[in-house]
Order: sequence, then structure tokens, then C-alpha cells
Amino acid sequence: MSAALLEIEGLTKRFGGVTAVGDCSFSVPEGSVTALVGPNGSGKTTAFNLITGYLRADAGAIRFAGSSIRKPNPVSLARRGLTRTFQQARVFPDLTLVQNMVAALQQPWRAALRRAVRKPEQARALELLEEFGLARLAEERAGNLSYGQKKLLEFAAVLMADPRLVLLDEPTAGVNPLLVDQIEQRIRDLNARGLTFLLVEHNMNLVMRLSDPVVVLDHGTKLAEGSPDVVRTDPRVLEAYLGG
Amino acid sequence: MSRATTAGLVRGGAFAAAGIAFPFVFHAAWIVNIGVLTLMYAALATAWNLFSGYTGYITLGQAAFFGLGAYTLGITFEHVGVGSGYNPFYALPLVGAGIALVSVPVAWIALRTRHMTFAIVTLTLLFIVQQLAFNLRSLTKGSTGLMLPTPRFPIDSYDTPFYLAMLALLLAGLALCWLILRSKLGLMLLAIREDEEKARGLGIRVTGAKLIAWSLMVWLSAMVGGVWAYYLTFIYPESSVDPLVMIGAVLMTFLGGRGTLWGPTIGALVLVPTQQYMITKLGASQLYLVGYSAVFMVVLLLLPRGILPSLRGAIDSRRERRRTHREPVVREEAHA
Amino acid sequence: MHQVIQAIILGVLVGGIYALMASGLTLVFGIMKVINVAQGALVILAAYLSYALFSHVHIDPFVSILIVTPAMFVLGVAVQLVFVRSLRGPDGSELSLLVTWALALGIEGVLSVIFKTTYRVTSPSYADSSWSVFGYRISEVRLFAFVASAVLLVLLSLLLTRTRFGRAVRATVQNPTAATLLGVDANRVQTLSFGLGVSMAAAAGAVYGVIYPFNPGSHYDLISRLLSIVVLGGLGSLGGAVFASLGMGVIEAIVAVEISPVWASFSFFVVLLAFLLVRPQGIFGVRERVL
Repeated sequence: MSAALLEIEGLTKRFGGVTAVGDCSFSVPEGSVTALVGPNGSGKTTAFNLITGYLRADAGAIRFAGSSIRKPNPVSLARRGLTRTFQQARVFPDLTLVQNMVAALQQPWRAALRRAVRKPEQARALELLEEFGLARLAEERAGNLSYGQKKLLEFAAVLMADPRLVLLDEPTAGVNPLLVDQIEQRIRDLNARGLTFLLVEHNMNLVMRLSDPVVVLDHGTKLAEGSPDVVRTDPRVLEAYLGG
Repeated sequence: MSRATTAGLVRGGAFAAAGIAFPFVFHAAWIVNIGVLTLMYAALATAWNLFSGYTGYITLGQAAFFGLGAYTLGITFEHVGVGSGYNPFYALPLVGAGIALVSVPVAWIALRTRHMTFAIVTLTLLFIVQQLAFNLRSLTKGSTGLMLPTPRFPIDSYDTPFYLAMLALLLAGLALCWLILRSKLGLMLLAIREDEEKARGLGIRVTGAKLIAWSLMVWLSAMVGGVWAYYLTFIYPESSVDPLVMIGAVLMTFLGGRGTLWGPTIGALVLVPTQQYMITKLGASQLYLVGYSAVFMVVLLLLPRGILPSLRGAIDSRRERRRTHREPVVREEAHA
Repeated sequence: MHQVIQAIILGVLVGGIYALMASGLTLVFGIMKVINVAQGALVILAAYLSYALFSHVHIDPFVSILIVTPAMFVLGVAVQLVFVRSLRGPDGSELSLLVTWALALGIEGVLSVIFKTTYRVTSPSYADSSWSVFGYRISEVRLFAFVASAVLLVLLSLLLTRTRFGRAVRATVQNPTAATLLGVDANRVQTLSFGLGVSMAAAAGAVYGVIYPFNPGSHYDLISRLLSIVVLGGLGSLGGAVFASLGMGVIEAIVAVEISPVWASFSFFVVLLAFLLVRPQGIFGVRERVL
């Protein structure tokens, strides 16, 4: 297995008396599609928020691309190549699709006064939108898209900045089956081109087809980690899912 | 140059030309006086919009910077001397820049809080500056007020230089807004307004972008305050840090349309003459205050989006209806 | 030292009254994310009502609480129904800031028309009497005012912890959606709580007029303090509001004797800014959840 791009060690978060994530450790190998699964309330989204700096962890260490992230902060993480999507698709509703895409490009300050959407950026945005089947809506307001299309747009937009690791939070939840296939295909293509993914996903068939390794969380701690086949047959995993 | 750019420049040029011509066509002093006030409010509203309209963070502290500008000019007159005639106008950009610089660390603290708290904290700034104006008596002469030397402009066109100065500030504000709206900075600000958390997740430096817009707002507001002080030649704490002035600017922005380029100016063009009419009709400030609050309520409750966005919405939906008539757009359904 | 202790006593007594006004403000925020900028103007309105009752009908200002408070409760309910309820949507909170500000201006305008802008003060016979305890002077009206505030705050907390309505309120504060699913009538809770918040302002206003001279413009002074208090305490936190009120009272009183009265309220604003640098969510506030 190749080197870890993201390593999580002893991650812990308590809300009041409830431990949402407790002493959780796992790693995301470079070039993999790693899945984070577990029953509802097992702390997957909290773990995401801790890793991306939307929540402050009570304890734990995070290493990304070889350097340790002491105080994770969404802005600087994104600029270092770790980016995410949200469970409820989040786009900028009043901006057009192209503007949404270009807004995701991480500009240096000296570019701040340049024209909002420059020709090469527009071309790149259109190219990506084409791949995601949204090109004909390029000048629509993002608020006019269907929910599934918003998810696609959000996914496409985070790619604008050429990230190294993309965290996808439930990429297929609430999306119609046609779009699910498309999202799966996009993940495969991008992964084949070297992009690493960490995803939280409820659709187990999709996870088993797509991911390796799979990390199983239950009550905020890691229950199992390994290839889909290993995880599928792990008795503890079965108990967590079926025994409730 | 794109068609939109040309149209924008033409619109701006026509507005500037009409603005410059106005005091030479209608030179009665009272008309030019209303012109000065209208432009002052338009400039303040445009400045407010530049920060609050584009970032979605409502600030209630603008009057603080208006007052700081007024007092800084007054105090400089008193202790340093900035010349007479037109000279003080030329000092204003520097005065404004100084105040903007000082305001940035304070804004940085305030921006650590979220929307509602931010609005309240900026309101606190207003009271802080007012207290300073009352208490730093050696500089501000406290509640007695500060006298500025009266410039020797010709009596029959005394108001015109101030009119032109306010117009210049408004045009500067509009030009800034126009440039920002077309720039990457504008894209960042709009992203922040739409969904700040998402913007952070994309690596947009939200605090920096907000601070840039903030300091431009302060810069403009302080300069407007300076011109106003020079115009009235007498300032005191209640008049120069007046919540009513700011709330007026906010109201005009809401009326015209937040986050639009021309909205604040349109709002000022509608409201300031109305306001002046109400003052002459209703006289003393008391009934006037009741009328003012009534207008405020009506605007907020009946037209919360403002004139321009409502118009645009109406036009868009008509266009949309016509289009769907011709070619029905098929959209995928979400089953979320 | 004597002076400082005297200042602390004074500060706590003053803080108690502010706590009453501020708790109404923060309660309303907790429930409907609305900041009622008119809270200060409503305090002044109540002060005038109590002043009018005292000077025309000779009702003691402390007794007038029993009349002014219910009357203002009705007014609060009406304000919520007419002005505040319609503010929905993502901008609702921010719009409410401006709508209630407009309301404050309206109240100020109406009061100026009726009472003009001369300063008034409600002065019952005991207004200037005070007790001396261990050499410290305790003004009678201030102590009465403090006790009245404390009693009302205790009643409020009993209302919130011991009654069905209180449970509905607390559920709404914690999770509006879940509360609705559990059968809480959100509209009713919001309207009644807004009325409750305004009646706190009313009760405080009745006693405010005995302690401080006021005119229609006094509401700016009040609201600037009240807003700082609720932010310092943490928006939505009742305990925080009470704590911050007492803190403000004490800080202002100490600055007033040790430095100068003119810097008293200024110093509190500076304390607020300094505090936000360390803890942007206020003393007892929770960070606004974003995800």
C-alpha cells in the first residue's frame, strides 16, 4: 500500500457529555478512494468537520501530505490541497455556474482586482462542467439547479483548484439514480488520474464497488479498517449494523 | 469591450454629466443645498452598500467613521491648518485613508463574531466615537462643538464646491463598486454573502476580503464626513456621530436595492428630497421622526428587496415565461 | 477602598435593573433570533407611563409596575404580530434589527410630540432617602429597584423552568424544528415571548424613571448598553445577560469614582471589545453553529 496522504490519530470530540468521535485513528493512502462508513450517528460527519477545521477537536493529531496540521482551518487546508463537499449540497445560489466554478479557484491577493472571470478560467470551468454534464447550464443561476445538479456542481467546483485530496460528504444522498452513476464514474475517472478521495457514504453497494480501504466507525471509534471484502465479513461490523 | 461594459460606462458618464450640470442649471441656493444632501446620502449609502450590501454583514457603525472624518478635519483645521478654499478637499483622501487604517484592527476583532453580533459590535463603535467626541475636550471642545473656518467661496454659488466634492465622492464610490463587482474580489465578496462557510471550504480568504471592503467603506464615509463638516463649519458630537444619518443611508440602500450598483443612489434620490420636504412641512424634528420611522417600516416590510432587484425580478420572470412558452426546459428531478 | 466598595454596591444595584431589561432582550433573541433594538425605547415608554400615572393619579411608581407591565405585554404582542412576525427568510434576523430600530424612532418621535424633550424624573417622597450600613450609603429607591428586578428575574426563571409554557420556550431555544415536531406551537411561543421580553422592559422602565432623569432620546443611551450587555453575556443566554449586567454596573461605577464619570460607559464598551478578542461568543454564549 502506498504512503498515507492523510493520517488521523486519536481524534476526539465531545459535545457536552456525549462523545461524538472518540480516539479515532485511520489513514487515507495516497491515490486511494477511502470510504468512511458506519451506522447513523457514528460520527462520520463530525470526523469530516474536525479534519477540515469546521470544528475544533478536543484531542488528536492530523497529518496531511507529510506535515502535521496543528490547528486545522478550512481556508488554509483548502489552499494546501485538502478540500471538501457538504452533505447538503452547498453552492452560491445567486452566482452563475461558471462564477461558482471560478470562485473556487484560489487566487492570490494580487489577482483580486483582475476581471472576475477571465477567458482561460472560463474555458477551464466549461471543460469541467462539460465533464459533469452541466455545460449547457453554464450561465444559469446555481439556485435554479435541481438538488442532484447542485451536488454535481459542488463536486465539479472543488476540482477547479486541483486539490490533492477531496472529502465527499454523502456524494449520492438524495440524488436520482442516473446522477449516482455519473458521480460514481467521475470519482473513478478522477481517481484514475491520481486524485485521492475520502468519502462518507450510505450507499453500501457503491462503497463496496468503489472504495479500498473502507473504514468503519461506530459510536465515534474505529471498528474496522481494510479492503471491502475484509470489512464485509468482519463480525463486529455486522453486529454494529444489524444489532443496532 | 463587451456590450455590458460599454452600457455601464455610458450610464455612469451620463449620470456624472447630469450631476455636474445640475448646480449650473438650478443655481438657487436651496436647491443646490438639497443637492449636496442628496449626494452626501447617496455617497454614504453607496459606501455602506460596498461593505454590507456585498458581504451580507450589516454594519451599524458607519456614522462613527463619518464623525471621525468630520472631527479629524475639524481638529486638523484647529491645530495644524489645512489651508483654506479648496485645499481641505485635497487633504481628505489622506484623512480618510488614515481613519480606514486605524479602523482595520477594530474591524478585525468585530469580524471574529457572526452576523448579528457583528452588527451590534459595530453599533458599539458608534457610541465609542461619540463618547470620545464628548470627552476629549482638549481636541473636540466636547459638547460645545468645534468651529471650522468658513471658506471664502462666492456667496451666490457658495454651495457649489461642496456639491461638486460630494459628487466626486459619490462617483468615486460608484466607480469602486463597479470595479469590485466585476473583479475577483467582488466574486469573493458575493461568495461570502451567499455562503461564508462554503467559501472558506473553497479556500477563499474571507476575513481579508471583508477587511478590504470594510476599509473602502470607512475611507469613503470618513471623506464624506469631512466634506460635511467643512460645509456646515460647525460640528458637535450629536450631529456628527448621528445614528439617524447612518440609518438614513441604510434605509436608502434597502429602498434602492442592497448589493446593486445603483440602488443606494436611487434610494437617496427618492428619499432625501422627500425627507427635506417632510422637514419643511412638518417642521420640528418630532413629527418628522414619526414620519421617518413610518417610511422606514413601509420600505422594510413591503419592499425588503428594494426597487432594483424587484424590477429585475419582474423582468426576469417575464422573460422566463416567454422562453418557457417557446421551448419548455426539461430539468432533471431531484428526489431529495 | 471605601469608595471602591461603595462603587461596587452602587454598581450591583444598577446592574440589577439592567439585568431585567437585558434578560428580555436576550430571551427574545434566543427564541426567534430577533434583536429588539426598540427595547431601550420601550423602557423609556414605560418610564413615561409610570411617570404619568404618578403625576396625574398619584400611583406609586413601584405599584405602577403592576399596571404598566401587563399593558406593555399587550403592546409587545401587538408589535410582534404586526412588525416582527412577517420577517422570515435568511435575512429575517438582520431585517429585524432595522425594523425594531425604526420602531424605536417611532416611539421616540411620539414621545417627543407628547412630552417634548425636557428631562423628567419620577420623584416619590422617598426618592432621596437612603440607609447607611457600616458607613456605606444605600439609596432606598435603588435598593427597591434592585429587589423588584431580582424578584421579577426569579419569577421569570420559575416561569421558564416550572411551567408548560417555559418548557416550550426552552425547547424552542434549543431546537426550533424539533420543538415544532413535538407539538410546540412556534408562532404562539414567539408571540408570547416577545410580549414577555417587552414586559421586562416595562417593569424595568417603571423603576428606571425613579432613578434617572429621562427624555425621549434617552433610549440610545440605554440600548447601547443593553446591546453590549447581551453580546458580552452571549446572545441568547439569560445567565450571561444577568452576569454581564452586574459586571457592567460594577465596572462603570468603579471607573466613575476612580477615573471620571464621563469615561464610565466608554470603559464598558472597551471591555466588551477586549473580551470579544478572546471569546467572540461572549461569556456564556455558544458559537453560532454553522453546519
